[in-house]
Amino acid sequence: MDSDDEFMSGLSSQDEDDFGGAQESDDGSLGDEFDDEEEPDVGFSQDKDLKPARKSYEVDYKVFSPADIQLHQDKQIDEVSAILGQPSEASAILLRHLRWNKERLIEAYMEKPDAVLETAGLGPDAAQTPTTKVIKGFTCDICCEDTPGLETYALKCGHRYCTDCYRQYLAQKIKDEGEAARIQCPTRGCHRIVDAKSLDLLVAAELRSRYQVLLTRTYVDDKENLKWCPAPNCEYAIECGVKKKDLSRIVPTVACSCKHRFCFGCTLSDHQPAPCSLVKQWIKKCEDDSETANWISANTKECPKCSSTIEKNGGCNHMTCRKCKHEFCWMCMGLWSEHGTSWYNCNRFEEKSGSDGRDAQAKSRQSLERYLHYYNRYANHEQSAKLDKDLYLKTERKMMNLQTASGMSWIEVQFLDTASQALQQCRQTLKWTYAFAYYLQRNNLTEIFEDNQKDLEMAVEGLSEMFEKPTTELAALKVDMMDKTSYCNKRRVILLEDTAQNLKAGE
Amino acid sequence: MFANKRLGKELAKIQQSLPPGIDFVSAPDFKQWEMDIRVLDANPLYADQTYRLRFRFSPNYPIEAPEVTFIHLSQPLRTIPIHPHIYSNGIICLDLLGTQGWSPVQNVESVCMSLQSMLTGNTKNERPPGDEEFVRRNTQRPRDIRFVYEDSSV
Repeated sequence: MDSDDEFMSGLSSQDEDDFGGAQESDDGSLGDEFDDEEEPDVGFSQDKDLKPARKSYEVDYKVFSPADIQLHQDKQIDEVSAILGQPSEASAILLRHLRWNKERLIEAYMEKPDAVLETAGLGPDAAQTPTTKVIKGFTCDICCEDTPGLETYALKCGHRYCTDCYRQYLAQKIKDEGEAARIQCPTRGCHRIVDAKSLDLLVAAELRSRYQVLLTRTYVDDKENLKWCPAPNCEYAIECGVKKKDLSRIVPTVACSCKHRFCFGCTLSDHQPAPCSLVKQWIKKCEDDSETANWISANTKECPKCSSTIEKNGGCNHMTCRKCKHEFCWMCMGLWSEHGTSWYNCNRFEEKSGSDGRDAQAKSRQSLERYLHYYNRYANHEQSAKLDKDLYLKTERKMMNLQTASGMSWIEVQFLDTASQALQQCRQTLKWTYAFAYYLQRNNLTEIFEDNQKDLEMAVEGLSEMFEKPTTELAALKVDMMDKTSYCNKRRVILLEDTAQNLKAGE
Repeated sequence: MFANKRLGKELAKIQQSLPPGIDFVSAPDFKQWEMDIRVLDANPLYADQTYRLRFRFSPNYPIEAPEVTFIHLSQPLRTIPIHPHIYSNGIICLDLLGTQGWSPVQNVESVCMSLQSMLTGNTKNERPPGDEEFVRRNTQRPRDIRFVYEDSSV
């Protein structure tokens, strides 16, 4: 465990030192080789000691602005272009073709350059500048136009169409279908890709900018270690090295520059400490009709003869199925006729005949209750977080009032803001601890988990209560509130740290 | 319009000659045409049957794919052919009719031929999986459906 941590934080510092700025872990396998070599180097441990140790529930990540993304792309294109001796348009196509896997591209190219160029849609002599041509006796296969003097264009594949049709075709692809990096020749079955130069020649300026936007988008979409921040209108992307296969053991929570906190694994908002797969299951469970089914099985019984579902909403135990007219006892599910004279009072409960059905009933009821226990608490924290958010909006006003009422300065009332943010974050965590707990198997660790959960919950409720105090009392509560805030945060860290470690160990 | 000139030329050619098994039915305007197709071999699933196709063109045809569906008629009798890629409401799941697979070089005739060979090559007497559910719930036009093409064998 420990050595692993050291190794990881050692890496992060090394990355920043060795690669300037944002470039670092782009080069997947190359980077890995690098790390393996450098690992035994003790020099880094000194570096590490200077940095605060990373918590085991935290991951390394980096936020990219749109300009950064563009820069990155260009940088890699330049690099590849220099190595392969291809013009940058061709290098860009090659990189996009291999989904920005630089190492694979270089390797494949070194082995079979022609084959790589061919599959990427770049035939021989891709370096020429494209031009439109007027061909004598030409008929466009798309619009059937055959007027003499028609401007035509063909990619290297030689499939020639009039420029109008080409333009229409590209506009359709870019505007309506949102395609950019992999627009192919209009001919069916021809996989030649329309390169940036041809595009520049054929397409109007306003579409060109759209094309650039789409290209940038595919860059982020293509790279496994890059993801868009899912917040509305946010243009940033996050880089994080956590792989898909690690998601069962780690919850990679990242915070964008726009302040949105989300899980890099599934891009849902922060759901620590519950791992992605569990979150997915839980959300599905909560949305699903499966709970309706649970209700049915807990509150209804089936007719022992025809299996119609029956809800008993009153009356005695003598049931007559409306469908098949079967008469049975609601209590023991046995035949009514066997009840003899003990009519409205079933004393045959020990009888074997109905006991299986009763067992199933009880189990289903129990599992529903268990689910509701966790769900209610989960939903409660979600609801409270919403209320706290309203409160957060009011906090600002409170801070203003406090400034005028108590003569405190702006900086002195910041504790309210800090407290409110802590509250939000803790509730988010608490909410997911309940979903998490639902799937936990009972053992010693669950008890520790539940203790941690309880401690955090109490701390949160305590802090939440203080927020409801009138503004006039807040100034006097300042120290207390700051204490509680830091206590909340501490409890949250402890809980997350503990769960993350167990998760990593695969408990 | 963009589509009209091309459709005019296609129509002229279609009225002159068509491959065997493909017949022109009607083209009242440049928005909607109907064609008949039948298989040429003795495939027991489709032998002695004729099927009616409806083409709907957008003004952007042939840049955009036409919408092509089988339609049901009682006079003359036209049924929906049974095929693992044809839903019982006539909607066809075929990549060349989607934005990814469509090429503006395709035309009404080539689409008819593709569908003809899709029928000829089929031996499975079945509807697509989930047909009943799809047909019951589908309120969309074919062009708005996102098909996932996973089976290239049929």
